[in-house]
Amino acid sequence: MSPALPRLLLVWLALLLLLAATLGAAFLPLGPAKPWIGYSIAAAKAGLVLWFFMDMRREGGLMRLATGAALLWIAFLLCLVAADYLTRSRPAGAGEPGATNAGEPL
Amino acid sequence: MAEQRELHEPFHQPERQAEADRLGMLVFLGSEAMLFGGIFAAALALRFLHPQEFVSASSHMKLWHGTLNTAVLLTSSLMAAIAVEAARSGRRRSAGRALWGAVASALVFLAVKAHEYWLEYREGVIPGLPNAHFTSGFEQLFMNLYFAATGLHALHLVVGMVLLGIAAINRRAREDRRAVLIGNVALYWHLVDLVWIFLYPTIYLAGAGE
Amino acid sequence: MSAAAIDLEREPEDVERTSYLRAGYSLRSWFFTTDHKRIAILYLVSITFFFAIGGVAAALIRLDLLTPAPDLLSNDGYNRAFSLHGIIMVWFFLIPSIPNTFGNFLVPLMIGARDLAFPRLNLLSWYIYIFAGLLTLAVVLGGGVDTGWTFYTPLTTMYANGMVVLAVAAVFISGFSTILTGLNFIVTIHKLRAPGLTWSRLPLFIWSHYAVSLIFVLATPVLALTLLLLLAERVFGIGVFDPSLGGDPLLFQHLFWFYSHPAVYIMVLPALGVMSELITSAAHKQIFGYWFVAYASIAIAVIGFLVWGHHMFVAGQSLYASTVFSFLSLAVAVPSAIKVFNWTATLYKGDIDISAPLLFAMGFIVLFVAGGLTGLMLAMLAIDVHVHDTYFVVAHFHYIMVGGTVTAFFGALHYWWPKITGRMYNEMLARIAAITILVGFNLTFFPQFMLGYEGMPRRYHVYPQAFQVLQVLSSAGAGLLAVGYLMPLFYLLWSLFRGARAPANPWGATGLEWTTSSPPPKHNFTEQPVVVRGPYHYPLKHPSSRDHG
Repeated sequence: MSPALPRLLLVWLALLLLLAATLGAAFLPLGPAKPWIGYSIAAAKAGLVLWFFMDMRREGGLMRLATGAALLWIAFLLCLVAADYLTRSRPAGAGEPGATNAGEPL
Repeated sequence: MAEQRELHEPFHQPERQAEADRLGMLVFLGSEAMLFGGIFAAALALRFLHPQEFVSASSHMKLWHGTLNTAVLLTSSLMAAIAVEAARSGRRRSAGRALWGAVASALVFLAVKAHEYWLEYREGVIPGLPNAHFTSGFEQLFMNLYFAATGLHALHLVVGMVLLGIAAINRRAREDRRAVLIGNVALYWHLVDLVWIFLYPTIYLAGAGE
Repeated sequence: MSAAAIDLEREPEDVERTSYLRAGYSLRSWFFTTDHKRIAILYLVSITFFFAIGGVAAALIRLDLLTPAPDLLSNDGYNRAFSLHGIIMVWFFLIPSIPNTFGNFLVPLMIGARDLAFPRLNLLSWYIYIFAGLLTLAVVLGGGVDTGWTFYTPLTTMYANGMVVLAVAAVFISGFSTILTGLNFIVTIHKLRAPGLTWSRLPLFIWSHYAVSLIFVLATPVLALTLLLLLAERVFGIGVFDPSLGGDPLLFQHLFWFYSHPAVYIMVLPALGVMSELITSAAHKQIFGYWFVAYASIAIAVIGFLVWGHHMFVAGQSLYASTVFSFLSLAVAVPSAIKVFNWTATLYKGDIDISAPLLFAMGFIVLFVAGGLTGLMLAMLAIDVHVHDTYFVVAHFHYIMVGGTVTAFFGALHYWWPKITGRMYNEMLARIAAITILVGFNLTFFPQFMLGYEGMPRRYHVYPQAFQVLQVLSSAGAGLLAVGYLMPLFYLLWSLFRGARAPANPWGATGLEWTTSSPPPKHNFTEQPVVVRGPYHYPLKHPSSRDHG
């Protein structure tokens, strides 16, 4: 048995536990926090896969930078798209005259 | 001892070529990540536009199929990682077996997915088919997004599966102590896993427990 | 040395010195080449072809606009003309123009490598590009599309007739060519630099191409996804952009412009890289503020990803998001301005040689600054709401893309022509062409700023009589511009047969590409170069010939 195997198995176990946690959390009455919890756990899983399975643990700066860059750019896309959808205003009432775009957000 | 791949232009040193190949794969994975980023941006926009309908549509998804598939893919990633370690330690046969293990897991994933699609077909929630009926327009849109996302993912999964198989068959790849080919194929496979790790909460967990 | 390593000393002497142009004459040696220099020439010929087609579309447009009435083209015909013009010029000319010709040719040479990291992938990139180009030609022959190059929904998804699916598929496919090129450049620049070539000694051309490669790899996949969704919407009606199912047409615009704004930086960054080389060479002087210029390239690439919403100020985007995008759009001008200041400072007290490449560079600076300033105007919400979708925007982007990128392309073509072909061109004709292009360009596009400001909408071929004078001036300018662009075709081709043989370093410039013969041998260098100095180590001890025929 190679020395790396126990570590890999432990990571796999952790991943399955996180999966159980995210599934369980979905059934709890967490309200608006639910998606945050779900995606945080997903991020944790992704972190484990990146660090241990994809060997970012042992890679040099360049590879880590490349990985970080991809993550950053996805963040650019998601954050600025969200900036629009989160700040759109609904009309104040049905056909209310004078309702402008600078009204209440969401 | 045939331990390295052929050196090809313009490289002078095998070490450099191996580094370049791995960097190339990682850069490529960056582009794949951006591709799926677009799908997540679409899902994000739709969720912000119609929060309640999104949750409601998600609650009709087959949560157990999705959860099982997540576990299956996590396991397949384990297999791929084991294959890389085995190749690096010179254990060619273990590497081959682990790679086939990953392929097998991928096949299980596809089988579960197929069953899921079949159930959805029976329930009449596949848009475009004659038996399709939805409670709302948004539910139809959600199902479309689901099929587009999982379809694109499945396409990449099949490609990854083929690559895993090629690595498993290729004797020189398994004998390469730098595990260049196996390592790069494994990286690709992990991306397939990573995409699913985020697709799962997006599609299945949004409406779970509702 | 291990047996597996490539041993330069063992290659036969004559193979080592034979020009890459003479290393095989068969069709097979060209169409199955993996030599980055030959692939660059394959691209050069291809993009010239597409430039001509896009130019024909432009001619149709400018001819139709000579009169206020829709007399040359029908309404639908006009829509197809500008759509064709945009699609061909953006994806099949501008985006590959500098990176795939000069980038491909020069990146390995400038870093002292024998080729790019993945030579076969390079060839594949060209074939993918050609395949996509052929599909686009099929679209043209089949009547084209009337959707504009921007493919906005719901026109494309619900109402447009014409070959939308094929056109979108063609653009989708061309994206893979781009992604592979970017990947190749990034890995090459990281892993194949000559011994001693640290990042601080890299030519600024390389910094620009590195930055553009980041955009290639990170932006293009989003376009791919967007086009896939567009196709799914058109063919299957999935509804992601359709409000009746809960979708949003603005989502298309977000995803489209997330790519397409960085795409314009794809078009300009390589041109900025060319400029740094032309200016330092003409002034025989070290660049002023090397690190400022280098980091400015990276800054443009990064910030350029954060501004896309300025295309959607009046489309229904939230005011708050628009404000953020407006601010970032102002910010992105800063690194570009830094470059312009640094080039100017480089020229100051330089030992300047007037030459065609310098004339192109001067033209670039003037036109790029005009385009950039008007870009700042457009970035301001209060102005944009009035001039959005008018000729003001059309003028702005043509100042950058044509006045900037195409001018830089021609500058590069002249500057590196001796290296690529081994021949010198006629300097007097080249200077005349450069000036003709500059005059023709301004005559074509300056009136368009005025037209736009006065309210002339874009993509219209019917307009009030009062605008005719400006439209006629613009069309006349287009004719002159066409003459200017055609001239090089003649004297450059002529030089291939009758031009003087070029020395290794006709400009007396620094840079590894000038240390090898003109044209270079197949493997670029007869001995592995080792770099011990910075990239612009003027004055040169032995400047070779400063005599450019």
